[in-house]
Amino acid sequence: MNATIELEATGKKSNFEILPKVTPAGEISGEFLEVSMGPHHPSTHGVFRMDVTLDGERVVKLKPVFGYLHRNHEKIAEGTAYLASMPYTDRLDYFCSMTNNWAYALAVEKLAGLQVPERAEYIRVITAELTRLQNHACLCGFLLQDMGALGTPLMYAFREREKILDLFEALSGSRMMCNYMRFGGCRVDLSPGWIEETKRVVENFPRFLDEFERLLSENEILIARTQGVGVLPAPLAINASITGPMLRASGVNYDLRKADKYGIYERFQFRVPLGDHGDVYDRYMVRVLEMRESLKILQAALRDIPPGPISDPKAKVRNFRPKAGEAYGRIEAPKGELGFYLISDGSPNPYRYRVRPPSLINLTILEDMCLGHIIPDVVVILGSVDIVLGEVDR
Amino acid sequence: MSPLDQVVARIGAAIPGARVQILPNDSPSGQHSLLVDHEHAVAVAKFLRDDPDLQLDHLANVTGVDWLDATVKEKAKVRKVINGAEKEVEETLERKKPGFLEAVYHLYSIARNHGPVILRLRTGNRIDQVRVPSLTPIWRGAEFQEREIYDLYGIVFDGHPDLRRILMWDEFQDHPMRKDYVEPDDYEYEPTAHDKVLEKAKKHHTAADRPQL
Amino acid sequence: MLGEGIIKGMTETARNFFGSYIDSDRLVTVQYPEQRLPLKENTRNFPFLVHDGDDPEKGLRCVACKICEKECPPQCIFIVLERDEKGKPQKHPKVFDLDISVCMSCQICVEVCPFDAIKMDTEFELSHDDRFRGLLLDKKQLAKPNHYYHKIHPVEAAEVDERLAAEKAKAEAKAKAAAAPKPAAGPAAATAGKPAAPRQPVPA
Repeated sequence: MNATIELEATGKKSNFEILPKVTPAGEISGEFLEVSMGPHHPSTHGVFRMDVTLDGERVVKLKPVFGYLHRNHEKIAEGTAYLASMPYTDRLDYFCSMTNNWAYALAVEKLAGLQVPERAEYIRVITAELTRLQNHACLCGFLLQDMGALGTPLMYAFREREKILDLFEALSGSRMMCNYMRFGGCRVDLSPGWIEETKRVVENFPRFLDEFERLLSENEILIARTQGVGVLPAPLAINASITGPMLRASGVNYDLRKADKYGIYERFQFRVPLGDHGDVYDRYMVRVLEMRESLKILQAALRDIPPGPISDPKAKVRNFRPKAGEAYGRIEAPKGELGFYLISDGSPNPYRYRVRPPSLINLTILEDMCLGHIIPDVVVILGSVDIVLGEVDR
Repeated sequence: MSPLDQVVARIGAAIPGARVQILPNDSPSGQHSLLVDHEHAVAVAKFLRDDPDLQLDHLANVTGVDWLDATVKEKAKVRKVINGAEKEVEETLERKKPGFLEAVYHLYSIARNHGPVILRLRTGNRIDQVRVPSLTPIWRGAEFQEREIYDLYGIVFDGHPDLRRILMWDEFQDHPMRKDYVEPDDYEYEPTAHDKVLEKAKKHHTAADRPQL
Repeated sequence: MLGEGIIKGMTETARNFFGSYIDSDRLVTVQYPEQRLPLKENTRNFPFLVHDGDDPEKGLRCVACKICEKECPPQCIFIVLERDEKGKPQKHPKVFDLDISVCMSCQICVEVCPFDAIKMDTEFELSHDDRFRGLLLDKKQLAKPNHYYHKIHPVEAAEVDERLAAEKAKAEAKAKAAAAPKPAAGPAAATAGKPAAPRQPVPA
């Protein structure tokens, strides 16, 4: 709770000011070095910049700078019809278009009071969990890439991801920009043989996970680079609205699939992996364990999926005008809580359309985690936050 | 969680003088919100976070909304004397509604798993009275989102530790998410199927600096 | 023992390396231009216009209703309705331009089209040396015959053909029923076939 109290007392971020260099013996001479890290730095996962002030190699101040990929997605969405924003949501977090679609569809369904048929709910769970698998696998690969394991783990992860993207292509027509979900259901039904194909991928995935863990989890270099690095205490994580695997790695049991039970998640048995220390290693392990839990959900969903319609007959493709009002819908996206806040004034366009981007808000405490660490650790800590700049900048 | 009017009553008991008003929401989502006055906003937020029964420790979402000046047409029953007899007649009255900017906070509780409680702070108008108190000292998670509102809507948050533009560049003048924002017309000049864009681009670029195609 | 984890990891990479010689699951590389993977049934890239028969001009199913132009999220479609000398609308596009440098392959035009006139292509090798005009496809470049549609999306195309045939039969039956008892019921017959009737295919 210390961090919170300190924050309240000063009204400022901890260690916000740069203080002169002081040792117990007195002030020493020397200068701080300011480094502009990015925007085109391989470790920043896109166009993202950090203004870092260094004392020797230690970070004393770090300010993230955003906006290089800003396209005012919200403004665009307020100028178009509800459905026309759906393909734009694919481009927020381009790794997880299925969960982005779901979050937006969920918010609109809340706003318009639409019911989702059972089969569509199952399809949504299956696609969302597949998305989680590929996102976490790739994130682990990228994290290792940031640590200098060039290629190998990332390519193994991409190999598995490609199988999942093939499934998405067979389902929606596109590998990454799926644009698959619709208000009150899904766009098309599963093609014949898709379930069997998915079952095969899900069956083979644990082999990859075992391999991945044998390759990495006990690796001494990985442990040395990650354990005790970028520690995020639980009270600060809650106070700073951190969500997703980052929050759970700090030991807070908050998974919207359990807390909100949106969709049909209450029907599935799965556990929520939690970390003890809140360091980078915990964030890595939480994601690996979450993949194993996702596989359990997938197996159950693929077994139980019923036949039936896939869309609410009340939902219209054209001239969709929800009643005036507002709604906030949120789901547990792979990166954290992805929310959509919509205000309708009864016209075909939303009056207000807001995306709650988990990546951006998870960066709030980047400075706190990096203070006192060295530059190579900053790269690893940023990697463990799991950001996609399409979503940070919108 | 206790219903919203009970929450309001408890806020009233804990913070004397706080003016909290329930704003109903007609949509099927049923997410009603609380309008909080500026003087007590920070105290109300602190109470909501620390009260053992509410414990709204998770600030999920902060966002701005721009409400333009509008004329509202209201139907009102007016007693009038028509042809000697007094009658109730429906009349449409036009009323000017001044515009304002709004900051909306969605609160959930991780500890007790309930929510959302929605707080709204309104500015006096859209031009010069655009200050509201910042809730970043209560929930650190508001930091970037309030900066974003400042950037895109132009609401100034008093007490924010680091209020700068976040998505637009520092020299940028306007607030692009406002409803009356006019897009610049400096499109790249290129052949396009859309005459409107082309016309705008032509107007902006002089013949000299227009790229030769 | 220090280094045990690294050795374990090394055996895993070695297993992958040698495994790639025997296990097709581990050898996933495709030598692209020479070697190609079969495309999925649902694969989509950019839209094209379907025409019946052999004449891409007359056979177009598009009636220039401009629904796709209105609903397109990035506004990449541009349609001008054809009119005859008297200015009467001809239910045919005079201009149908689609800017594939703007198009984001979202398929919303296909979803909203009531005439099954616009469908998604699977062609993806569209690079061009003219950045502007090379990527602005006109009606001629967009029009593709129905048998091409059958080739790239066999299941979907069969369904569409079935539906169109059924609609056509229904419209004809309605027109017949309206025309048979009372020959004077001309306008009724005309409106009966109106809502979603496709253009009559031109006989080859």
